[in-house]
Amino acid sequence: MPLTTTTAPRFVTVLVRGLLAGLVAGLLAGTFAYVAGEPHVDAAIAIEDAAAHADPTAGGHHHDDALVSRDGQRGGLFLATSLFGAAMGGLLATAYVLLCRRRRAYDDGRSGLLLAGAALLGVVIVPFVKYPANPPAVGDPATIDQRTGTYLLMVALGLVAVWAGSLGYRSVGGAAPLWLRAGAAVGGFLLVTGVAYVVLPSFQEVPDDFPATLLWDFRLASLGTQVVLWTGIGLLFAALMNQDGRRRAAIAAPST
Amino acid sequence: MSSSTSSQPLVQPAGNVRLLWTALATVAVLLLLAYLVAFDQGAVSRSGMYLHELMHDGRHLLGVPCH
Repeated sequence: MPLTTTTAPRFVTVLVRGLLAGLVAGLLAGTFAYVAGEPHVDAAIAIEDAAAHADPTAGGHHHDDALVSRDGQRGGLFLATSLFGAAMGGLLATAYVLLCRRRRAYDDGRSGLLLAGAALLGVVIVPFVKYPANPPAVGDPATIDQRTGTYLLMVALGLVAVWAGSLGYRSVGGAAPLWLRAGAAVGGFLLVTGVAYVVLPSFQEVPDDFPATLLWDFRLASLGTQVVLWTGIGLLFAALMNQDGRRRAAIAAPST
Repeated sequence: MSSSTSSQPLVQPAGNVRLLWTALATVAVLLLLAYLVAFDQGAVSRSGMYLHELMHDGRHLLGVPCH
């Protein structure tokens, strides 16, 4: 009994590790976004302002008399990524405890890494392909509620797709060769993803004269920010969970 | 999955129901935090567009619909 209590960390312990991993990963992602993304945000805002000055009746932001200055928004970037990262890290830790409890397998950081990879695929990459990130000056403010709703639905369906993939992997049976299990996983994943892509509406709101290279560069930086975030969460969370394994090994070593 | 050398439950079964409620409450709080950072336009925070403006660059670069 004492051995079990020392080897199985409490939920709060795991949660704090997830929050911490998310916070640090969020700061890393914020740094990446600041270096790789901010120049493109500035360039897009310059285009947005030029369009607003040319046609004052057009919608969009008026950054001149904004609630938060541009410098404030650049600082807010780090606040946003670190808080968002902490929330995602906490959710990952909660999923880790709930899912690994069901599996009854206790393996330090491996499940954490797998979960972070699954989240990167389901929460980031699958939605990104359907609804890629947009810089300022792209996107019609009139459709923001609809776009937000379908984006969140796409995130949920991305998670369903990953779940369908793992279901496919397990449904084939342990005796099946690896290529067959992997094929079933890919099939389950693609089935859900494909249906979601076809059924959900698309939005084409990039202005005709918006520079294609700027759009590409911004979207790449945005995707990179999320990749840094989730890679960081996975690695840091796994590193923090690994401490228990080493402690358990230290306890188990003298008796064996 | 193939090596099942250690198969101790991560959390003691006696605390399962309590754990589930704690986990649900945690998820709710974290989703609210993520909502405030990524999506709120004043509906929940009651701060007008302040959160939107403060988190503006983060929302764009995290890839969520901003405006």
